[in-house]
Amino acid sequence: MQTIFFNNKPKIVATGTIAGPKESAGVVGRYVDKTLTDDMYGETTYEKAECKMLSYAIAQAIQNAGLTEQDVDLLISGDLLNQIISASFAARDFDFPFLGVYGACSTMAESMAVGAAFVNAGYHKKVVAATGSHFSSAERQYRYPLELGTTRPPQSQWTVTGAGGVLIADMGASNGYPAITAATFGRVVDYGITDVNNMGAAMAPACMDVLLNHLRDTGRKARDYDLIVTGDLGALGSRILKDLTWEKGVDIQPNHVDCGEIVYNVIEDEFQGGSGAGCSALVFNAYIMDKIKKRELNRVLFVATGALLSTVSSGQGESIPCIAHAVVIENEV
Amino acid sequence: MTGKNRENYNKNYIAYVNSFDPPTQHFKNCFRAFLVGGFICCIGQFIRIVYEKVFGLYGDELAGLVSVTLIFLGTLLTGLGVYDRIGRYAGAGSIVPITGFANSVCSPAIEFKTEGLVYGLAAKMFVVAGPIIVYGVLAGTAVGLIYLFL
Repeated sequence: MQTIFFNNKPKIVATGTIAGPKESAGVVGRYVDKTLTDDMYGETTYEKAECKMLSYAIAQAIQNAGLTEQDVDLLISGDLLNQIISASFAARDFDFPFLGVYGACSTMAESMAVGAAFVNAGYHKKVVAATGSHFSSAERQYRYPLELGTTRPPQSQWTVTGAGGVLIADMGASNGYPAITAATFGRVVDYGITDVNNMGAAMAPACMDVLLNHLRDTGRKARDYDLIVTGDLGALGSRILKDLTWEKGVDIQPNHVDCGEIVYNVIEDEFQGGSGAGCSALVFNAYIMDKIKKRELNRVLFVATGALLSTVSSGQGESIPCIAHAVVIENEV
Repeated sequence: MTGKNRENYNKNYIAYVNSFDPPTQHFKNCFRAFLVGGFICCIGQFIRIVYEKVFGLYGDELAGLVSVTLIFLGTLLTGLGVYDRIGRYAGAGSIVPITGFANSVCSPAIEFKTEGLVYGLAAKMFVVAGPIIVYGVLAGTAVGLIYLFL
């Protein structure tokens, strides 16, 4: 059994989101708390900007919940940079304990699941789960300098500049908020993809694996969900996921949407769409959560996917192990 | 699934993934590279003529100065954030000329300036161009040796 169930129904009380200029022009622009016109966010380096965005998302989630810093018991966060510096540096600004997690682009689902588990168990009353990413800092760590005149391959995705956080709390019997009812932690899956520009293809099998295990554990069908939201497979990865699940007898075609695929109006070199920890954090917390709060969606399966590679591992010719975690968010009806 | 089975399964998966690869548009890419690369060379030739006719330079001095001017232009356009846009359009057309080399030295220097002038800018300056220099020198030596014994 890979799935854990949260019988005490930890609630998502509020979200906080911030989006970069390119992201604001897309579908999430209308739903985020803050849109940036300057991707430096008034800072001197991209890393500082990423950290500041994450800080903003955390603070905004707390504020949107009508709480203050003193009310929060724990922050669970992570990001893509080496030694998760954005998360730990952002945590420096806050006066509550910090638990750093790393799941590459799956960090949002991972931190939500861990946070919900803590709240469900009664160890903490109020937990913030947050993550973010920045195109320029990721590009610099994983790829080439920004100003280098190279062409991007058509399979590639564009790292999202943005951050998002949720405040998960034990609200007792009140049912005005969407609840996290179950979570499935994924296995690390590697189908031998070595092309670092084709993350969608590398991550799709991990996503398929956790999805099938989740459906098996819960005894549900794909159509029992109003929406299955995947993290950042992109257009190509989504197509592969649909093929892979179809092969196993599960049809997700009618109710599947991918955060990476919808985040951009593809006009420049985004190709397959968005990626990065900020991708699912932004799209889910701003756009999808809005639909859940308005009760347009009542049962959503959120599966964030992550590629667990580093520049060292890919330099040494290793294939790309991937992971995905699934979280169920439900409105009580 | 382990061992041989896993290997075969992965091989099939990779083949399946590769079937999605969008076909590379060789003709379009070559045409763009030819256009932009040729244009850069024309600029070089123009500069050469100007230096020759106006300043009366010749020989090694002339060739050196033309290269230096082009390097300067490549670096300037990199700093202004224009060269990567040209590169996105032109591909090899703007990588192969000497301006592309200038770009490959200048862009990491800009990028890593935030880590300081010594360990950032200076140390990281050659991360992209370094291999070109190493293997360029090596290939040059090999060809030189062949030439010596011929």
